[in-house]
Amino acid sequence: MLLEIEKLTTVFRTRRGVVRAVDNVTMSINKGEFVSIVGESGCGKSTLAHSVMRLIDPPGEISGGKITFDGVDLLSLSDEEMRKIRGSKIGMVFQNPMTSLDPLEKVGDQISETIMEHMDVTKKEAWQMAREMLEKVGLQPERVDSYPHQLSGGQRQRVMIAMAISLNPKLLIADEPTTALDVIVQEKIMDFLEDMKREGRAVMLITHDFALAAERSDRIAVMYAGWLVEMGDAETLTNDPLHPYTKGLIQSVPDVWMDKDIKPLPGFPPDLINPPEGCRFRPRCSNASEMCMKEPPEVEVDGRVVKCWLYG
Amino acid sequence: MLRVENLKKYFPVQKSALEVLLSRRRDFIRAVDGVSFEMKRGEVLSLVGESGCGKTTTGRIIVGLERPTGGKIYFKDKEITSLREEEQRKMRRYIQMVFQDPYASLNPRMKIGEHLVESLTIHGIAENEEAKEMAMSMLDRVGLPGEQFFTRMPYQLSGGQRQRVAIARAMILKPEFVVADEPVSMIDVSLRAAILDLLLSFRDEYNLSMLFITHDLSVARIVGDRIAVMYLGKIMEMGKTKEVIHEPKHPYTAALLSSVPSFVKKERKVEIIGDIANPIDIPSGCRYHPRCPFAREKCKKEEPELEGEEHSFACHFPLEGGF
Ligand SMILES: Nc1ncnc2c1ncn2[C@@H]1O[C@H](COP(=O)(O)OP(=O)(O)OP(=O)(O)O)[C@@H](O)[C@H]1O
Ligand SMILES: Nc1ncnc2c1ncn2[C@@H]1O[C@H](COP(=O)(O)OP(=O)(O)O)[C@@H](O)[C@H]1O
Ligand code: SF4
Ligand code: SF4
Ligand SMILES: [Mg+2]
Ligand SMILES: [Mg+2]
Repeated sequence: MLLEIEKLTTVFRTRRGVVRAVDNVTMSINKGEFVSIVGESGCGKSTLAHSVMRLIDPPGEISGGKITFDGVDLLSLSDEEMRKIRGSKIGMVFQNPMTSLDPLEKVGDQISETIMEHMDVTKKEAWQMAREMLEKVGLQPERVDSYPHQLSGGQRQRVMIAMAISLNPKLLIADEPTTALDVIVQEKIMDFLEDMKREGRAVMLITHDFALAAERSDRIAVMYAGWLVEMGDAETLTNDPLHPYTKGLIQSVPDVWMDKDIKPLPGFPPDLINPPEGCRFRPRCSNASEMCMKEPPEVEVDGRVVKCWLYG
Repeated sequence: MLRVENLKKYFPVQKSALEVLLSRRRDFIRAVDGVSFEMKRGEVLSLVGESGCGKTTTGRIIVGLERPTGGKIYFKDKEITSLREEEQRKMRRYIQMVFQDPYASLNPRMKIGEHLVESLTIHGIAENEEAKEMAMSMLDRVGLPGEQFFTRMPYQLSGGQRQRVAIARAMILKPEFVVADEPVSMIDVSLRAAILDLLLSFRDEYNLSMLFITHDLSVARIVGDRIAVMYLGKIMEMGKTKEVIHEPKHPYTAALLSSVPSFVKKERKVEIIGDIANPIDIPSGCRYHPRCPFAREKCKKEEPELEGEEHSFACHFPLEGGF
């Protein structure tokens, strides 16, 4: 196991109350595996990723659980040790590329600085590596001389990926890397993520596009209101979803090749300061019964984990 | 209902004074470069294509937010681009637009209900109490109970709710033609179906025509009677939705289709080479040729015309067989 997350809980202590953004989540990613995390916005996907990177700032706090990466207990590392892992062993592409690139610095400088921070190379060598990285993500190497504003959204996102992989990480976390992009650019970025997987690295893709996750991943984890509600093999999970939320998500999206009955999911995800009692999906669930007033257990059903009383 | 003929929009490229002195040539971004189509009453046409291909610009010209460089627009047989300012304003009540970004399209300092009242007042449809009543019932209609939502501020609403306000503001004028520019691309996937349902329910109620801009062909499949595929300012292929999706003739349409994420395994895949060309420097012949895996000599020299009746396409060597 490359990454093991056990009973992880991350909270934000806001003035209105405590937001349990990630609540008792257990999951793992193997070496060379492509895992997607799906769910509506506000369900805790980004918070989960930031927790693995240990990038939760006050008022947020990882309040419980364990994260083991490549045999190392991440939560016990010093800030300095964690900084070394970040970037060199775990790379991350953030949800908003414009805010994470420095507008005043050339793309090449930004990539080579990341490289020099972690590796003992000269400026010239780092610059050469930056060119190679850009080429790898399908950009012209001459782009090292561009400033972020001279690039399109898709090109910027590819620069972010080049930066995240420049130190050859074992795990790449990509938080909605293509949400704002068109399908052609999206496909190129996804092909690249799959190449990474073929090289034996692991990918954790966060997306709200279920079809995209189905197409690209080995396994899918579905998050709802801070909980992991279902996780399993991508193909089985998409063809035969078990959790009512997974079913609802799949039914709510149109498909280009299919005439299907699109059913909007009723209602919204709950306020995590004050989630519904018992099962958090209960107010939106058409299968809810008396039992659902209590928190459902996580059970294993043919190799899948489901958190729902229907299977408990 | 609406006919667009050879519509063009060229934006001058910003240059420094020195650059202007050195080269006497003026460069233009050819955002829309000869677009023609026709729409019937009650029809929905999806306009699809990559980012930057000119979809929004086409929509903005039709609703009068942008002046075309060339071409004509006929709305109910009346040429509207050359109308005088005042007549145009009257016309505009019937042609509305719903924008992509539900955050940017509302005034952050104005109550939700006031957006609708303002719309009615500007177009001289109703004022004061009457306008307020109409606004309340329109809010009810789009699923935001007026009692609760009239006095709320935009920041208190989620993305999906704001998009409902934007739709309400356009629909309260009972338009006959609506341009919807990626109305669901910035909201949560699970909320999209409900917003699309809402838009289509107005189509049925008012029998309005809609130009639906999207880069998501799976959305185009459920909303549009027809699809027009645009590339670098021109329409490459146009026809009935299912025909274009299952029997694309243009290699660009096929490439777009190949890259849409789907629950169904793809049997056929058509490649696309490199990135979109620069709209300042549009390639010779078929403008798609540098990216087309089927390009031959002829494609570099002769520009193919958009030909065909029901299903038209602009390609010298159209694809055979379906998807
Ligand atoms: N006001 C403007 N001044 C200069 N260039 C412009 C202007 N508006 C649009 N353009 C350019 O015209 C081209 C078409 O833009 P448009 O916004 O119509 O594309 P689009 O198809 O809607 O793209 P997207 O899918 O990204 O919304 C682009 O190259 C764009 O940069
Ligand atoms: N810095 C923060 N302060 C307070 N609450 C936060 C913060 N970041 C995230 N949250 C809350 O945590 C929950 C999960 O958010 P997030 O992880 O961003 O979800 P997702 O990525 O699935 O959209 C939401 O209720 C969100 O409002
Ligand atoms: S536990 Fe009950 S309410 Fe929750 S998803 Fe299962 S059936 Fe629905
Ligand atoms: S005309 Fe030629 S280059 Fe253009 S799309 Fe057809 S085959 Fe490709
Ligand atoms: Mg997020
Ligand atoms: Mg646009």
